[in-house]
Amino acid sequence: MAVSLRELRGRIKSVQATKKITRAMELIAASRIIKAQQRAQAAAPYARELTRAVSAVATYSNVDHPLTTEPESSERAAVLIVTSDRGLAGAYSSSVIKEGERLREKLRGEGKEVDLYAAGRKGVGYYTFRQRPLVESWTGFSDSPTYDAAREIADALIAAFISDGEQTSVDEVHVVYTRFKSMLVQEPTAVRLLPLEVVEGEARPEAADVLPLYEFEPSAADVLDALLPRYVQSRIYFCLLQASASELAARQRAMKSATDNAEELIKKYTQTANQARQAGITQEISEIVGGVNALADANAGSE
Amino acid sequence: MAETSLQVELVAADRVVWSGEAKIVVARTVEGDVGILANHAPMLAVLVQGTVQVTTTENESWVAVVDSGFLSVAGNRVSILSEHAQLASEIDLQEAKSDLERATSAGDDDGDAADAVGLAQAKIRAVERAS
Repeated sequence: MAVSLRELRGRIKSVQATKKITRAMELIAASRIIKAQQRAQAAAPYARELTRAVSAVATYSNVDHPLTTEPESSERAAVLIVTSDRGLAGAYSSSVIKEGERLREKLRGEGKEVDLYAAGRKGVGYYTFRQRPLVESWTGFSDSPTYDAAREIADALIAAFISDGEQTSVDEVHVVYTRFKSMLVQEPTAVRLLPLEVVEGEARPEAADVLPLYEFEPSAADVLDALLPRYVQSRIYFCLLQASASELAARQRAMKSATDNAEELIKKYTQTANQARQAGITQEISEIVGGVNALADANAGSE
Repeated sequence: MAETSLQVELVAADRVVWSGEAKIVVARTVEGDVGILANHAPMLAVLVQGTVQVTTTENESWVAVVDSGFLSVAGNRVSILSEHAQLASEIDLQEAKSDLERATSAGDDDGDAADAVGLAQAKIRAVERAS
């Protein structure tokens, strides 16, 4: 054995310390997932009521809004990539970035220029390291996103979408985030956020039914004007919440396998250390026995 | 139409603040205060920063502060949506007052400070009305 016993003991200790850390991170991530899921559930009523209101306006009035109209020709697209702020979550951030790159290539293939927006320090780091320009980036909220953060992002994207002829104006907006399917499955997903698709939800009333006459205050157009940006905000908030739950699940899984690996390493090192110790003892015994024999031989010769 | 109560939900972006049966809902829209009783016609209105007052079927009433949001009424269901909504009982009066002072002293030249003043005033009003 090339490695000394002392060295092995040192390694075991350091792996044990690492194991404690990864185990703690695993437990923290596990407890936070539950919180993240609760947050997602708590946000659901708002999104539901908002969807209901938007579909009510869409169904009972015929107002066009810049956020819902398809531009005649689409030349620029914005892509928002939602990544995590911190690492140690396995392939979480890199798989979202990969999905983003795929979307970018696809949009490029359709002859569109792509503006990148990033949320989360990992995404920002990825692009600044490669010296690719980011139009705007947001960091610091990936594991517990607030509504205000979502609003900030939504406002920037809406402004880019609405504005015309400026450098940052775009014709469509996509979001790439990780959908939380279950504790085991999280899927990087790309969705088109703007222009808004026709809203599903409230079923169109039968032709025989009398349309309930909605009163709009101040007017249908104004209500839509105020509703749609909120709808976009709530969609982005939903994406952020899903991403945060996915991040935590990915981290829990990564830390679990790290803990398992550490356990295996400790086992291996312990075995090698035991072997080395046993070898040392055997050697010592044979040395003593050898020494005694040599002494006995020498004594026998002299007498 | 024998219904005499409204199903009310006050929803903030991240939680349901209150939900239950009510008789009267009073809220402030961009066009002025509006009171809603059972069997109101369907309506969608834009709310401004201010208070919402609700009288429940047990004749209790509560007040909440909302920042800009929406009120939608359809088929005896009232939903009040606001990014940040708070019941008067959850508001710390001292904190609201100090917020108001800070916001006032920050000047009202930009929109954010004016919003903050409005919100703090609405909070104080809500607490006063509730007590």
